[in-house]
Order: sequence, then structure tokens, then C-alpha cells
Amino acid sequence: MPGNALNLEGISVSFPGQGGSFQALAPLDLHVEGGRFISLIGPSGCGKSTLFNVIAGLHVPTSGKVTIGGLDATGMIGMTGYMLQKDMLLPWRTVLDNVILGLEIRGMSKPEAREKVLPYLRQYGLAGFETKYPSALSGGMRQRAALLRTLLIDTDVILLDEPFGALDAQTKAQMQDWLLQIWADFRKTVIFVTHDVDEAVYLSDEICVMASRPGRVVEHITVDLPRPRTRDLLRNTTFLDLKTRCLDLLSHPATPSETVFS
Amino acid sequence: MSLSKPAERKDLADLANLPSPQGRPGKRLPMRRLPVQRAWPTKWIVATQIGVFVLLVGLWQIGADHKWINAFFWSKPSAIAESLRTFFLSGTALTDIRYTFTETLSGFVLGTVAGASLGLSFWWSRNYAAVMQPYIICFESLPKLALAPLIILVFGMGLASKIALATALTLVVSTLTAYAGVRAVDTDNERLFYSLGASRWQVFCKLVIPSCLPWMISILRVNIGLALTGAVVGEFIASQFGLGRTIFYAGQTYDIALVWDAVLVLCVLSVAMYIGVSYLEKWLRKGVVR
Repeated sequence: MPGNALNLEGISVSFPGQGGSFQALAPLDLHVEGGRFISLIGPSGCGKSTLFNVIAGLHVPTSGKVTIGGLDATGMIGMTGYMLQKDMLLPWRTVLDNVILGLEIRGMSKPEAREKVLPYLRQYGLAGFETKYPSALSGGMRQRAALLRTLLIDTDVILLDEPFGALDAQTKAQMQDWLLQIWADFRKTVIFVTHDVDEAVYLSDEICVMASRPGRVVEHITVDLPRPRTRDLLRNTTFLDLKTRCLDLLSHPATPSETVFS
Repeated sequence: MSLSKPAERKDLADLANLPSPQGRPGKRLPMRRLPVQRAWPTKWIVATQIGVFVLLVGLWQIGADHKWINAFFWSKPSAIAESLRTFFLSGTALTDIRYTFTETLSGFVLGTVAGASLGLSFWWSRNYAAVMQPYIICFESLPKLALAPLIILVFGMGLASKIALATALTLVVSTLTAYAGVRAVDTDNERLFYSLGASRWQVFCKLVIPSCLPWMISILRVNIGLALTGAVVGEFIASQFGLGRTIFYAGQTYDIALVWDAVLVLCVLSVAMYIGVSYLEKWLRKGVVR
């Protein structure tokens, strides 16, 4: 799928502050091929969320250009699906009506959207919850609904900002497998932010390790593990090597192996 | 330094006097059970409520009959009952009720709807909200009843002036509540809507209004009381009909029994409207399940 590539060219963001401006993101280039699963890991304050806001069009970068599927998407909203750690389900809407929100905003009528979405709810583990309100759902179920809401709109690039950060370990593992399954079905480009190195290695094709002050990418790591992935991988030596490398980079961001500093 | 020394020594002395942890310091706490209150059955509660009413009215009647209470100022239950009969059979009771009810309800609806619209409108522009703020605060802190003579002058003696006063009383509370609701709209939720490509109008209809609805529902019961106050005070000042007007007129002519009649009817009317609004609230909340 060539149409859903994401390209960032010289994106930088600085915020005005007292005593000069604060640079949240140093000029950053990133190219993500269509249908790839990329994870961003890095310490708090390395600009991951700022970067997401820029890609989602919610923040206009100080300089640089965002291209999605060949179109200039700098400062344009609605070009990507964006999901946060908080599920943001509207408490006054049923699960079904929450999931159709994106389609509704894009002008589809409610009955039509419901009809389109219902089979997906049934297939992806929300059968029987369609007419329930979000308050009746567990954390994992709520995240499923939120993710479906993000996936079912007609965008090719999906931004997931620590979607499983608030879940317990067991639910998290289930959700990761569920995400891989749904990603394999939808074939969208996914950018995934996480603090969990295991999660990043387990899910991704490629990992970008970031560092802070200013926010920048210090290393691209290709994850050469076969798909479909299973839990056995967690004991695989390649997996462990990749994990160790990520952890090393996170603890010593100043000594990257291949990054050029000016 | 010299001052602190004795204090230090006293602290040390206190320390030395502390009982050892193994000992039993001080008096032993008496053994206590957890206090438990046993609830009465509902029929006992109701029976007691009726009993209290009968006792008070009975004492009032006996007191007035034996001249312990001055019946000229306080009237007495038998006279009130008699006067209530004439108030309803040959008096203005039904007209008064209809008049006051119409004023209150109109003021309630107008004030709530206009206030909610005004409060919600502040979502559209932060600058507009900032410009309006001092005026809103000014109107909020002003005792609205002070405007009554002016309102009567402008809107006349009829229904309109009373509705205007009831509206004035409910308007500000509704505005401030709706605005509080607007400011409480989750910014992350707004970001979600915009990330999905929503227009401002869509965010307003699908996020801001539903988010503010619980705030508006919670204000309804307060507003019905305020609207009634506005209507009755308006009638005090200048009116031809209405329960407030009857109370005022009866007071002027020392017809204390009639004052009590009208107060009693007003009480029943306000409870009835309160119950009505509670039902409305319940019904509205069904659409806002959490």
C-alpha cells in the first residue's frame, strides 16, 4: 500500500518561555512505509506526545512538513486516527454509538454507521456490549472500543499514545495480541508510543528510541522477528538482545551507536 | 539561649516520665459497642409526622380559644379553615393559582433556556467570554429584586412583569451553571473530536451540549424555587391577581386567616411544582446514564 506512507521532514517544535524558547523537538526526519508498525520509546519529556500532536494536526510545528500518503498534512486535522491512554469514551453514548463517532463526524448517518460498525464489534471481542454504556465495561473492553473507534475511520495512519499504559499486566498481554490481530486484518500504518520496552519489541517492525532536551530520535532499530508473533518470542534470544539494546539506549542516550551529532 | 534551656530540660523530664510501652499508660478505655440506630418502619414515621401536625394545630386552636395566643395577629386553625372554604368557593383562589402558576412556569422555562444558551455561547469564543465576564458578575451580585419597580414600570401590571422578574432570577444562575459546565468540558475529549476531523459545530453539538446537560439538570430544582420567588415578589409590588397579591392584600387589611390560606395554597403549589420538576429531572437523566 503506497498510499499510506507517513513522512516527516525537519519537524521541530519550540515553545516560547521565559529566557528564550524551549525546544521540545529538534529538527526530526522520519519516514514510515505504509502498513508498518513503528514504536517510539523514550524518557518522559522527550517530545513523543508533541510529535503525535504534530502528526495529528493538533499542533502546528515551528518548522517542517508532515506528509501522509503524498499529501501535505501539516496542521491538518482528521488525517490520522489518534488514540490516547485515556479511552475518552463518551459516557452518554452506548458502546456502539461511541465507536461510530468518527464515521458520524465524517458525515455518515447514524443508522448507516451503526450497520457498518456492528459486525466489527462482534468480531473484535465486544459482542454483547453493543448497547451497554461505557461505565459497564472493564478497562480492557473500553480500550477495545476506543481502538475500534480509531481504526474504523478511513485514515491509513493510526497514532496510539500508550494505549495500554493503564492496564494490568495480564489484560495488557491480551490486548497486545488482540492489537496484532486487528492490525494484521486492517493493515494500517501504526505509530505506537510506549514506556514498556517488551511491548515495543513484541509489537513493532521498527523501534525509534528517543532522547530528551531537545526531543530527538537517537536510534532506529529494526525488529527482525517473524510474524505472526506469539508469547514464545519473549524467551527468544533475538528478542532479548533487542530488548537489552533498547534498555541500554534508554539508560545511556548520550552514547548512541550510529547517530550523528553536529 | 538562656531562655530555651529550661524548656529543654522540661522536655527531657517529660520524656523520662513516659510510661514504658509494656505498661498500661493512663486509664483503660471503657468497653464500647458500635452505636447502631434502628430504623422505624415507614408507617411509624408517617404516623408520627401526622401526630406532630395534629398536636401543633391542636395547641394553636386551644391556645387561641383560651386567649393564650392573640388570635388577631396569629388567627386560629378553625378560622383559617372557614376562610379557606370561602377563598375557594366564592373567592379568587383558582384564578390566583392559575396566575401564579403561569408566571412561575413561564419564568422558569424562559430563564433556564435563555441562561443555558447564554452560558453555552461562551464556549464559542474565549474573548467574548472574557468581555462578558464583568457584566455577568455584576448582574449576579445585584439583588435582582431591586429591579422589580423598574420591571413593573416597563412591563406593566399584568403577567409580563412577573414573568420578567421570575426570568431575571433564574437567568443568572442558569448562565453561570452552563458556563461552569462549558469550562468543565474535557480538553482531551475536545482533542479527540478534532483529531477525528470534527468541525466546531460538531464539537458543540456532540460534545459540549451533552457534557453540560447534567449541569443544567442539576439546576432545575433550584430554578423552580427562584422563579416562584420572583413571581410572588412581583405580585407583592403591583398586581391584580395571584397568590402573592392575595397575601399582600390580606396583610394590608388585617385578614390574617386569608394570609394563612394563601400561604398554604402557595406551599402546596410549590411542592407540586417541585415534584413535577423532580420527575422531569428523573426523565432527563435517563438519557444521560453514566
